[in-house]
Amino acid sequence: MTQIRPGLKLKSAVCTAEVMVIKAPAGVELSCGGAALIDAKAAAPAGVAADEAQMTGCEIGKRYVNADQSLEVLCVKPGKGGLAANGTVLTLKDAKKLPSSD
Amino acid sequence: MNISMFLQMAAETLPNRIALVNPDGRHSYGDLYAAAQAAARLISSSGCEYVALLDTSSEAVAVALMGAALAGKPYVPLNYRLTDAELGSLAERITPAFAIVGEAHLSRFPTSGGSKVYARRAFLETLRADTEPYENPDVDPSAVAVQLFTSGTTGKPKAAILRHEHLVSYILGSVEFMSAEEEEATLVTVPPYHIAGISAVMSSIYACRRIVQLPDFTPKDWLQLAHDEQVTNAFVVPTMLSRIIDDLKRDASLPKPTAIRAIAYGGGKMPVQVVQTALDLFPEVNFTNAYGLTETSSTIALLDPDDHRAAHGSDEPHVRKRLGSVGRPLPGVEIEIRDDEGRVCGPNEAGEVYVRGPQVSGEYLERNALVADGWFPTRDSGFMDEDGYLFLAGRADDVIVRGGENISPAEIEDVLLSHGDVLDAAVVAIPSVEWGETVGAAIVTSPGTAIDASMLQAMVKNALRSSRVPEKILFVDALPYNETGKLLRRVVKTLFV
Repeated sequence: MTQIRPGLKLKSAVCTAEVMVIKAPAGVELSCGGAALIDAKAAAPAGVAADEAQMTGCEIGKRYVNADQSLEVLCVKPGKGGLAANGTVLTLKDAKKLPSSD
Repeated sequence: MNISMFLQMAAETLPNRIALVNPDGRHSYGDLYAAAQAAARLISSSGCEYVALLDTSSEAVAVALMGAALAGKPYVPLNYRLTDAELGSLAERITPAFAIVGEAHLSRFPTSGGSKVYARRAFLETLRADTEPYENPDVDPSAVAVQLFTSGTTGKPKAAILRHEHLVSYILGSVEFMSAEEEEATLVTVPPYHIAGISAVMSSIYACRRIVQLPDFTPKDWLQLAHDEQVTNAFVVPTMLSRIIDDLKRDASLPKPTAIRAIAYGGGKMPVQVVQTALDLFPEVNFTNAYGLTETSSTIALLDPDDHRAAHGSDEPHVRKRLGSVGRPLPGVEIEIRDDEGRVCGPNEAGEVYVRGPQVSGEYLERNALVADGWFPTRDSGFMDEDGYLFLAGRADDVIVRGGENISPAEIEDVLLSHGDVLDAAVVAIPSVEWGETVGAAIVTSPGTAIDASMLQAMVKNALRSSRVPEKILFVDALPYNETGKLLRRVVKTLFV
């Protein structure tokens, strides 16, 4: 299991999704579509089955967080799988719409 | 975590959308990403440790910034207005450099220390032959993404460093990915070596908003380009906005920027009169005042379009006053005002502006300027009102200490500028035998008008108090500004010697 740390790029084992870790507490396990996220550079493992109930999708450019926002990941490639940490579904981070300032 | 992911995301999502327009052509996100990858390969194989850019705005600005990030090397844009000697001493501090240099400056970048110089046009041409992807290595989030030499009006310029984590925090916190519609275009006139020039490239790429570059600002060219490219957004420094307004008023034949929806301004103190005129002239445009520093990855506070309209239309003096405010902190950014003893000031109490947040670097190669708990002392002085709106009163170093009393130049300048025939005003400390320092004012009057100095002194006395009254008033043709609109107070001071 890869140690989750900021800057780490991970990909889904069951769909096209990729995420970038923005911040993460120790000992967290990330999954997409019910299967553990793997290192973005690793070869896709064969025979990993998606949990259909967790194929809720993730959207490019959206940030996903856990309940206390100690974990934050950015979706950098979209996919059909939904993101979860230690089995709990991550939610979309509310972003306040700001006017362009530069 | 690496700023190059902004371009990668845009290129993979909208490869054919136009990313950048300049006199040399139009470039899609796909083209730009291909060029950045080819640049990263050249940079990596060059053995150089820095990527320097010595040039006006061009496609190379985005390619060098993103190529350097992909290659994991600091990007160092240099000010082409510096003298050869100044430039030489900065170049010596970034060896060996992979230097991308505009044709006009080719002979000015020294190749000592193993630095390699690439002529901009030839460099961009070379990249087009290489369409292979470049594998983005795992760049440490704490690696330096950008190194900017401060303008350093005294002594040796400091090297401010911004790490990938700071810039990524800033962009993710302030820009929504792909939030721009295809027709949106932003006019960038800030030079590449200014933090606003760098953040404009990153913000626009992440929003997928077309960048329209104007390498050399004149009001006429700005208006023409805004018209031709149907520009919807722009960032200007205060002097640019007042020159655009002056020209529009003077010459009715100039093209009107009819497509423009939003104008952001910053980089120096904007006279309230100019904002008021702009709001009257462009009632449909959304104005945003952005306050930020190099050391904070650009914007940390902003006065948004609703704030502008509320202040402009209000009869309440404390709401109306906010047109002169830089607004409230960005989400994730904390701002505190502290007095000389380090105590946190209450509302409307003046002190030094401190800032903290994940986008704040506060670090120079020479030293880390952060104090306890990650707070960065900005050296700007100011206060916050009871609703959290920040008002700036100049640099902490510009405060005039008259007989032990601290006087902020800004409050006196505001009074002087309220005179209808005062076009511009700068208040500085001048040496005084009696007080240590006293107040001097340099004034620019409207063409063909003359103002009695004693009248201005009486105005200040009535509006403020006698200690604020300028002891000496000089009438000058123009005040000295640098090219990004920063008033050069040290030069103003020399006028009084």
